[in-house]
Amino acid sequence: MPEKSIVLRTDLLSRSIQNRKLVDDITVEVRAGEVLAVVGSSGSGKSSFLRLLNRLDEPSSGTVFLEDIDYRTIPPCELRRKVGMVTQRAFLFPGTVYENLQFGPKQRGEELSENLAQELLDGVGLSSYLMRDVTHLSGGEAQRISIARALANTPSVLLLDEPTSALDDESKSGVEGLLHDIIRKRRLTCVMVTHDVAQAARMATHVMMLADGRVIKEGTVKEVLHA
Amino acid sequence: MLNRLFTDQLQLGLAQSAVAALLVFVVVLLGRWRKVHLEREVAIALVRGLVQIIAVGSVLVVLLRGPQWTGAFLLAAMILAAGAISTKRAKGIPGSLLVSTCSIACGSGSVIAIMTWLGVIDTAITSLIPVGSMLIANAMNTNGLALNRFRSDVLAHVGEIETALALGASSKQSIAPYVQASFETSLIPAIDSLRSLGIVWIPGLMAGMLLSGSRPIYAAIYQFVVIAMIFASSSLTSLVSTMLISSHVFTSADQLLLRPGNGEIGTQAKKA
Ligand SMILES: Nc1ncnc2c1ncn2[C@@H]1O[C@H](COP(=O)(O)OP(=O)(O)OP(=O)(O)O)[C@@H](O)[C@H]1O
Ligand SMILES: [Mg+2]
Repeated sequence: MPEKSIVLRTDLLSRSIQNRKLVDDITVEVRAGEVLAVVGSSGSGKSSFLRLLNRLDEPSSGTVFLEDIDYRTIPPCELRRKVGMVTQRAFLFPGTVYENLQFGPKQRGEELSENLAQELLDGVGLSSYLMRDVTHLSGGEAQRISIARALANTPSVLLLDEPTSALDDESKSGVEGLLHDIIRKRRLTCVMVTHDVAQAARMATHVMMLADGRVIKEGTVKEVLHA
Repeated sequence: MLNRLFTDQLQLGLAQSAVAALLVFVVVLLGRWRKVHLEREVAIALVRGLVQIIAVGSVLVVLLRGPQWTGAFLLAAMILAAGAISTKRAKGIPGSLLVSTCSIACGSGSVIAIMTWLGVIDTAITSLIPVGSMLIANAMNTNGLALNRFRSDVLAHVGEIETALALGASSKQSIAPYVQASFETSLIPAIDSLRSLGIVWIPGLMAGMLLSGSRPIYAAIYQFVVIAMIFASSSLTSLVSTMLISSHVFTSADQLLLRPGNGEIGTQAKKA
């Protein structure tokens, strides 16, 4: 089987704040269609690492290559369209669900058709929500909308920061299953932060374990979690 | 009462300010009772205000007899001071001093210049300085309100702003709602004084003109002129400052700098 191409590669990626290294020389490769789970205890630098990948924060040293292009040469707006992100808590913009889905494309002067928006909603199991106001959505619904909103940008890489940790058990397994399907169906390359090792085992192909901003173990799910 | 005790005007003035300061002191004590601690800030502001106004008053006495250009010089000094004072409302935003000073200079300076040129403001120092200082003072207040609101809005919406950035929005687009809100909020006092003109307050300038023997109807009309100019210069100031300040909270790579905690400023890519 030919090796899949490398989509995302970090090269000695670091970020320090006030002489403290939050992310310490992380070098890792993610190939097309792989799901890399980033695990580690609270405060180990998982979120800090993820925020470097779409350049929401600036690396103190090192860099990231997106399909072999140094991401500092890509305009941030374009980079962030290609590398989508879903955070722990969904921040929806005031207005309707449809307006939220349109947000990304609109930034580039594109129009997200009602059909496409409807398709995205079908994909997250909220078919009848298109014209609803976002004010009264439940936590799980809001998270599904924020996933659909990220997908409206047709990203090639999806970053997930504990996408289910703010949800109750029931919506948790629903959203997890949904993400699992979406990632496979769209062949998304994915980096996913989670503190739940069982979730990493269910969803990921590869695992990277962090402690104090450093990689302490890295490899396939089998190698890292079942060793 | 006081005016019977003191016949000398200077002594009367000092006694009156002592009473006014006492009043402020009582209010501060009331605040303390509600656990609002303003003693230090208010005490300093009071003393400072009194010393400043006396100093400026004495300087004015000399300058009012001086040549025309001293007026422009004084106004420029006032603009600098106003910029320095209202920049305190943007704590933690780099470059806010420059933004404040430029905005106030732009907003009040342009209105003063145009209106003086058109003859709406008299070039005599005795009218240029009082009217100009009113425009500058109000521009300063508006600027402070705008920056204060902007800062707190951004700090309260870091999640929304970074979500917008993560969806590919430019820095400008990601904070557009907060820029607009701070602009609108900052104009509330100016709009309300325009609205309540003559009903809730009969401002000082009109009173002064009446005392100095102007025709009442002209004094009234001119008061409207001044309030309208205040409104124009304040809006212009706020428009410029909210526009300028919004680029100061991002790095050149569209990363949000203003965040809660660690002195509000994170370490991000250097500004271009
Ligand atoms: N802007 C910042 N300034 C200072 N310290 C920070 C900053 N951001 C994060 N940290 C610190 O960096 C460390 C790593 O934080 P990070 O959020 O990446 O951890 P995490 O692995 O995601 O933890 P959790 O599982 O609790 O989300 C923490 O100790 C945190 O306090
Ligand atoms: Mg985290």
